[in-house]
Amino acid sequence: MPLITYREALRHAMAEELERDPNVVIMGEEVAQFNGAYKVTEGLLAKFGPKRIVDTPISEAGFLGMGIGSAMLGMRPVMELMFFSFYSVAFDQIFNNAANIRYMSGGLINCPIVIRGPANGGTNVGATHSHTPESIAAYHPGIKVVVPSTAYDAKGLLKSAIRDNDPVMFMENTMLYGETGEVPDEEYLVPLGSAKVMREGKDISIIGHGRAIQMALKSAEMLKHKHNIDAEVVDLRSIRPLDEETILASVRKTNRVLLVEEAKPFCSVSAMLACIIQEKAFDYLDAPIRRVTSVDAPAIYSPPLEKEQLPTPQKIFDAALAVLK
Amino acid sequence: MADIIDMPKLSDTMSVGTLVKWLKKEGDAVKSGDMLAEVETDKATMELESFFTGTLIKIFAPAGAQVAIGAALCAIGKPGEAVEAPAAPAAKTPDAPAASAPANESPAPAPAPVTVAPAPVAPAAPATVAAPVTAAVVADPGPAGGPRVKISPLAKKIATDQKIDPSRLTGSGPHGRIVKADVLAAAANPALLAPAASQISNGKSQIGALGAKGPIQPDRLVPASNMRAIIAKRLLEAKTQIPHFYLEIEVDAEPLLAVRSQLNAAFEKEGVKLSVNDFILKASADALRRVPGVNASWTGTGIQYHGAAHVSFAVAIEDGLITPVIRDTHTKSVFAISAEAKPLGKRAKEKKLKPEEFTGGTFCVSNLGMMGIERFSAIINPPNAAILAVGTTVTKPVVKNGGIVVGQTMVLTLSCDHRVVDGALGAQFLAALKDLLEKPALLLV
Repeated sequence: MPLITYREALRHAMAEELERDPNVVIMGEEVAQFNGAYKVTEGLLAKFGPKRIVDTPISEAGFLGMGIGSAMLGMRPVMELMFFSFYSVAFDQIFNNAANIRYMSGGLINCPIVIRGPANGGTNVGATHSHTPESIAAYHPGIKVVVPSTAYDAKGLLKSAIRDNDPVMFMENTMLYGETGEVPDEEYLVPLGSAKVMREGKDISIIGHGRAIQMALKSAEMLKHKHNIDAEVVDLRSIRPLDEETILASVRKTNRVLLVEEAKPFCSVSAMLACIIQEKAFDYLDAPIRRVTSVDAPAIYSPPLEKEQLPTPQKIFDAALAVLK
Repeated sequence: MADIIDMPKLSDTMSVGTLVKWLKKEGDAVKSGDMLAEVETDKATMELESFFTGTLIKIFAPAGAQVAIGAALCAIGKPGEAVEAPAAPAAKTPDAPAASAPANESPAPAPAPVTVAPAPVAPAAPATVAAPVTAAVVADPGPAGGPRVKISPLAKKIATDQKIDPSRLTGSGPHGRIVKADVLAAAANPALLAPAASQISNGKSQIGALGAKGPIQPDRLVPASNMRAIIAKRLLEAKTQIPHFYLEIEVDAEPLLAVRSQLNAAFEKEGVKLSVNDFILKASADALRRVPGVNASWTGTGIQYHGAAHVSFAVAIEDGLITPVIRDTHTKSVFAISAEAKPLGKRAKEKKLKPEEFTGGTFCVSNLGMMGIERFSAIINPPNAAILAVGTTVTKPVVKNGGIVVGQTMVLTLSCDHRVVDGALGAQFLAALKDLLEKPALLLV
């Protein structure tokens, strides 16, 4: 299988869907002429032309509103946020209009829009550009939330998201754009709502999403080498819909749980997972559930401190040992 | 000014009470008459009543603590009122370095000194009234009240499935939490299980079950409960200080058994079920009327003769025994005695007796007949002058009217305090008792 980057995988997904369905359009700041602020849409304008690849003003509320309106009318827009942090400029459009229109219309109107862009810290872009709003988005019924951690999943999930008839918040990670992974030439889809066991283990389940999963895999190797601990690593891939079965099966198998994520701890995805696990697998827990998240503060601008704010393989390693104590 | 509630003297022999459980917590409103806490004395568990109205502002003695009589338990006052823990009553604590805090250390008075080591209970001798006591508050040495077992949900489920009592497991997890591995290890190797509380008392440990090869029980030191300490102390005193002698007499039990079965059959509908022991209690009281010299106590300088016969009877209870008293037995019918003895015995086993229900006896009956014991010698229960030990009814050949027939006999053994009861007096008493038991109609008049 060819090795391609996470960035290329996203681009391939969009190109294939643009090819497949004439209703698919790409819109966002700098997506066309500049080839994308992070070069995810590079070459798409040349290939598909300005009617399909559209530059927008710096006006998230306006262009996301336009995208949502076009989706209601049958288009399948893929909206790029230069930074996912800017979603909040269009909060009303996304969470009031897009999220509720199918319900409000009695099922007559769908809103098949994808809102994608990087949602991560660790790049020294400051508190206003480093939000990780998975839990905020997933809070809203009607919204789907997807967070790929590998090139393979980035492509397969984005294609599924574009074909999905509901609004999908597709959260990428600039730190992963350059990471390579095996991606098959032939077409494939990764369904929304299916978690993936990235590494099999019997002693502890490390469950999370996004870049934290890549760290967890490193921690799992450390646990194996230093303590002969077999950690199972489960990548949620999709926050909503959530694959509870895979999560609970892993918990029932290992009986000990460490939750990891890059987001802040308060009301986060891991907080929700902890609730679900204790509710549905209480009798399988042999120790309290622990979490590794970002330090609960605005994203720190100082690069050395920001590094400390985020999860690290060492922090996950230490927390796993604490769960296993 | 807050009112300080001290550990009251709840029984004659009590010097220390165990604060079993607080029924109120700090901050609770308290009315006069409310129950504040449960206190275990050497003989019973009783509720501590408040004579004050206000707010429970401070608890000085935690649940599980052993508290000397007169030591502060709690303070009742106005909400928010500052309260100073009173100093412990003249405490002499040679074994407790923690108690000897330097006077200049802190102006705030420390609460009653707490010793970590399980200090021995030192009950006051019955004769001395206000004996100073050792450490005022002693931390509970063991899980007497059955504390919460820390166990993971998974371990709990496995323990339930495997029918393992979690309280018998040792936890290896953080803070002693029992985890899966602990349950699986114990399931594979039952020797890792601690003895169950009930098994300690009845001795029927599964470990010693038929065919088992392991130790009969784990080596262990069980700190003396209040009751055990009192039993040890008082019976040692009795057996070493009282000059015991023993008299034995065989009684023909046939007439008694016949009367008993007639009465029980006749009054079955009324719920009457007289026991052999009920008749013996009645007969003892009547015999004491005939031979009143036995109904007495040695005071050290003289003999106190008692006008009333308060006959007590020994009841085996968990971790010890207690002797509930039938007050004024000499005035009561066998039916009245039976009606009184039954609930007393039941409540004795539940440790629910009030002090006046197990103190003040003048004569004691101990009956091991129901356990198949033919005869035994009992230790006198001071300040009584005698105790009657009752054996089982035995079917055996006896001589009657010059011939050998099948008879039913019972052996009575009287332990006497020779300071009060001489051989002839004791013999007269036993003869009177035999006469009454062999002519049980006399017990019904």
